[in-house]
Amino acid sequence: MTTLIVFLSLIAFGAVLALLRIFRGPTLSDRVAALDIMNVIVTGVIVLFALIEENPLFLDIALVYAALSFLETVVVARYLEGRK
Amino acid sequence: MEIIGYTLMTIGSLFYLLGGLGVLRMPDVYNRLQAGTKATTLGSFSFILGVGFIHPEWLLKTIVIVAFIAITNPVGSSALARASLKSGVKPDPRTDMGEYLPKEGSEEE
Repeated sequence: MTTLIVFLSLIAFGAVLALLRIFRGPTLSDRVAALDIMNVIVTGVIVLFALIEENPLFLDIALVYAALSFLETVVVARYLEGRK
Repeated sequence: MEIIGYTLMTIGSLFYLLGGLGVLRMPDVYNRLQAGTKATTLGSFSFILGVGFIHPEWLLKTIVIVAFIAITNPVGSSALARASLKSGVKPDPRTDMGEYLPKEGSEEE
């Protein structure tokens, strides 16, 4: 259990660094890029929760979250590309 | 089996941390995308497969998640870099982009 908490704190530190870039980023592209990185990190955290709770249902949630985050990135990329 | 799983999870969480650090520290959008996407893709490989090694009955689902991330993460990053180049985000002045730099005369306004 202690090792899982160490993993969780390492990943949370990485997510906080990405969140700082979301707050600071000078352009919209910076914010969306940092949000994309944070989505992948959150997918890993959901899989870690499956291990903590001993419940394989969280793996399905992680798969759906990964699909939705990819859709969000592509949609925002198309919006940025079409804007002028 | 558990030792392999925990070793993989350690490597994966360190790479997640390095991905967040790269997003914070790199100078412009393209470097941030490169550092963050590469580091978190390798981190997801190690971390999620590590969970699959600890519980071998979950291995199939974890392989599906890892395959999905390995396909979609570079595609999303590439689309985002292309969109930010087309929407006029200037790269860092130290970057040498060579032939891919948009021409001065042909830039549509």
